Order: sequence, then structure tokens, then C-alpha cells
Amino acid sequence: MSEPGLKLLRLTLGRFRNYASLRWQPEGRLLVISGPNGSGKTNLLEAISYLAPGRGMRGARVADVAQGGTGAWAVNGRLATQEGPTEIGTGTTDENVDRRVFRLDGAAPRNQAELAQRVASVWLTPQMDRLFLEGASGRRRFLDRLVYALEPGNARTVAAHDTAMAERRRLLAEPRWEASWLAGLEDEMARHAVAVTAARADLIAQLDAALAGGIAGDFPAARLDLLCPIAARLTEAPALAVEDWLRAEFEAARPRDAATGSAAMGAHRADLAMADLATGLPAAQASTGQQKALLIGVVLGHAALLAQARGGAPLLLLDEPAVHLDLKRRTALFAALAALPAQVFLTGTDAEVFAPLAGQATFWRTGGEGLYADPEYK
Amino acid sequence: MGGPEIERLVALLAKLPGFGPRSARRAALKLLQQPELRMLPLAVALAEAARATKACGECGNLDSRDPCSICADLHRDRHLVCVVEQVGDLWALERAHVHRGLYHVLGGTLSALAGQRPEDLSLHPLLARLEAGGVTEVILALGATVDGATTAHWLTDRLKSFDVAITRVGQGVPMGGALDVLDDGTLAAALRTRRAV
Ligand SMILES: [Zn+2]
Repeated sequence: MSEPGLKLLRLTLGRFRNYASLRWQPEGRLLVISGPNGSGKTNLLEAISYLAPGRGMRGARVADVAQGGTGAWAVNGRLATQEGPTEIGTGTTDENVDRRVFRLDGAAPRNQAELAQRVASVWLTPQMDRLFLEGASGRRRFLDRLVYALEPGNARTVAAHDTAMAERRRLLAEPRWEASWLAGLEDEMARHAVAVTAARADLIAQLDAALAGGIAGDFPAARLDLLCPIAARLTEAPALAVEDWLRAEFEAARPRDAATGSAAMGAHRADLAMADLATGLPAAQASTGQQKALLIGVVLGHAALLAQARGGAPLLLLDEPAVHLDLKRRTALFAALAALPAQVFLTGTDAEVFAPLAGQATFWRTGGEGLYADPEYK
Repeated sequence: MGGPEIERLVALLAKLPGFGPRSARRAALKLLQQPELRMLPLAVALAEAARATKACGECGNLDSRDPCSICADLHRDRHLVCVVEQVGDLWALERAHVHRGLYHVLGGTLSALAGQRPEDLSLHPLLARLEAGGVTEVILALGATVDGATTAHWLTDRLKSFDVAITRVGQGVPMGGALDVLDDGTLAAALRTRRAV
């Protein structure tokens, strides 16, 4: 097993959720954090998720993660990365508790992409057990997180697409439309939508190939599909032709989009489908345990793929991964984790479940206001 | 601490770009500690600059002359007009010595969300110059943001009836990066690699 390219060496929290202050050195590659519900296990994972740009693991409002929901908060991580050691700080200031700011190696980073180049994380939470039963936006966010880990620049492309779309919606709400202004926004939407879709399709193609090749070990391999008319076009026509087609679609859709106050077409309409590769059973029809296993397989496969493609897997944040997994799948999970070149943070109410990882993982407990080495697994 | 005069000074300083409440207090303290040396000369310079400076009626640059020293410079290439968002972009390009022609400052970009509309941008002086003839190329040096690109698209449409080449600055201008913060080498490359739209 090779050492992971990306590793969190030290985590410091100030006024983050239930932690007034915490300094933690997460020793090792596999870290099991156990403790009763509400003792701050998930908060630790959430804090780690804030080391990368984005809205964090819970998608919370920036001001809300401060202790007691008021004032400033800070998360600082020292990491080993492929480019060497790096230190990332993030949080808010008392002057503006609604805006998250970043520090990279002691200075303000030029942009968030610079951070995204250094650190990526992928997570699975208990809420995601319902990922394939709920709306498409959660699936799209999950997919895009996988894409950003491979292509950090894609986060900005998605943001640019959504900005252009919001501007177009605003213009369409006006009684008279300035055609060349609208066309400019539609041009931006088309360019970015095609770029976003191409990156999503590329990730899915690579991941499907890797999963079919058994990269997820004993997990039931999933097959992912991108459900998106733009992606379908991209398989038949060159990107520039698809942009032209999209621009025409946007122009034709103006009256309808003005009436609905949305955009019928765009990168924001994509959906992710997942099925069991062996049986073809769609995730939405599978049991909760099967869905969870498929998702874990996707995340593990993605990490292994990134370790191959980029030389570094993202940090894996697995909140309650063992819940809904039977003994056979838990055994497969632990075997896969042992072979994965990624740093993995696992939580559970009961450390006992992770006992097979003893000797490979370090065990920690949350409680009171802190975090300490689990005395049972020294 | 201090009196209302100092509080007012700090509040005004804090509104400057690059300043916050903390740095504004630091700057105010520095000024107040040596008023003859630092503060009064600054006050005079501020008043003089405010009185003397105006926007150039031809290009929108800020200068004590109108037309500005760039527009009045007969050695500049009058066939080329470079359109920028802000005066700061013009100054950045001038500092880098990468453009030999004239400029036009739009005064911003279109933004439906920020309520910036075509009538809020300065367009007529540019149209008047193109109507007067002599300009052969308009270079759009707008930021590579959604708003910059949208504005470039809109402007291209507005200028298409004129017999001029319209080009856009090329790669090297990162998305979302304003021209003002780019280094000189990047600016030069961006201008050199401009392409027709
Ligand atoms: Zn001028």
C-alpha cells in the first residue's frame, strides 16, 4: 500500500460548531472517530470539508457553523500534498461573519482554484442514503464534487454557468428584452454548459471503466450514467457544434423561460443515474443497504482512480459508513479501505463495528468538548 | 477613543479599496501622529487632485487635461482603440506599455443582477469616434468574467455596422480576473494574442 498523496497532518478549530478550540493530529491513514450522537463526530468531518472551497459537507450557511451560531470561526489544516506541505486556513472574521475567507500558507490565495488544486475531499453522509430517492440537485452536487477532485477548475465553470443563467432569468423578467445582451448571456451559458457537461461525461466514462474493471474490490460495482441532453449531443457532434445548437435552443426558449422564470435547458438540468452493474437494477429500486454499498463503491473507486490519474486521492469523509451495511459488506469495506491510497475519516456511534480495522486505523473518541485517543484501541 | 472628527476620518478611509476598519485606524493614527509631515500635505494633494481631475471627454480616462494626455499624444496610433472596463484597467495597460493606440473606458460591464444596464455604460463617445472615421480596429480588453464576456458580445453587436475589425484579448486573462491585477507579462501576452470576433 503506497502512502496517500494528500494527508491531513494537523487540524485546528476555533469556535467551530461544538468545539471552542481543538488541536488534533490525525495520526495515520485510517481514522475512526466514535462517540455518542451529538458529540461532534460529524462536526470534525465538516471542518475538514471546509479546507476546500465550496459550501462544506452540510451545505450550511457560513455564519451558522460558528459556535452558538454567532461570531467568527476558524478552521486550519496542515496537510501533506503532492506539491509538499501546505497550510490552509479558513473561517470568518468578526467584521463579516457571512463571508468565508481563506489563507494559503499564510497569505491570501489569488483565487479559490488555487486552493482546489491543493486539497479535495469527497464525503458520504447518512442523508445521502436517500440520494437516489430525492431530487436531482443532490445527485448533481455529488457528481460535481467527484468532478472537481479530478478537474479543480470545473467549480468555476459551473459557477460561471449559473451566474449567466441567473442574469438571463433577471433580464427575461423585464417587459422588453435587449436581444444582444440576452444573446451574450446565452453565449456564456452555452460555452460553460458544454464545458461542464464534457467534464462530467469524462469523469463518468473513466469511473465506469474503472468500476467495471473491479477497482472497488468486493463491493457491488455501480454503473453511472449522465442523464442530460447536452451530454447526448456531445457524443454525436463536436463541442463547438453543440454550443451553436444550445445557443439556438436558448433563443427559442426565451418566451417559455420568461413565463416559468427558469431555464428549461442547461448544465443545471443534468441528472446522475446509478445502477448495479451486474444486475442492471436502478439504485432507486434497490434496498437502502444496496444503494449505500453502490455509493461507497463509487467513492472508493473514484479515490483509487484519482490516485492513479492525479497521483493523489481526495480526503474521504465517511460519516456513519457502516450503517445499513451487512457483515459481508462491512468486511468488504474494511478490506477495500486497507488497500486504498487515501486518507479516510470514518465515524460511528460504536467503535466496536470498526474493530477489524484495529492495527491499521487509529481510534478516537468525541465527548465533552474534545477529542481523545480511544483507550480501548491503543 | 478619539473624537467624532477622527471617527469620521476612519470611516472615510475604511471605504477605500484595500482598507478595512482596522487598517483605516492604523492609517489615521499614522497621519495624526505627524500632521505637518503627513496629513496636511495629503489634504492639499487630495484637494488639488479633486479640483484638477476630470474625465476625458473622448476616452473617459482621468487626467488634469481634457482631452487627456493619451488622447492628446500625436504619437499614438489613432487607428487602434482599446476598450476597457475601468480607468484602472487603462492605467494597468499603460504601466505595462503594451498598447500604442487610444482607449475607451466603458465604466463597467453589463450586469442584470447588479442593475448595470446599457444606458449606464459610456458608449456614445466611442460611437462618435467610429463615425468620425480613421479607426480600423477596436480591441475589447474586458475581463474574462461572465459579465465581461457578455458585455463584449453585446458591444460587438452594437459595433458591427461600422467598418472596423473587432478583436478580443486572447488567452492569459484568467476567468474572473480583472485586468487591473494582472502582471505586465500576462497583459502583453493577452494583447498580442488577440483574435477576431
Ligand atoms: Zn482621453
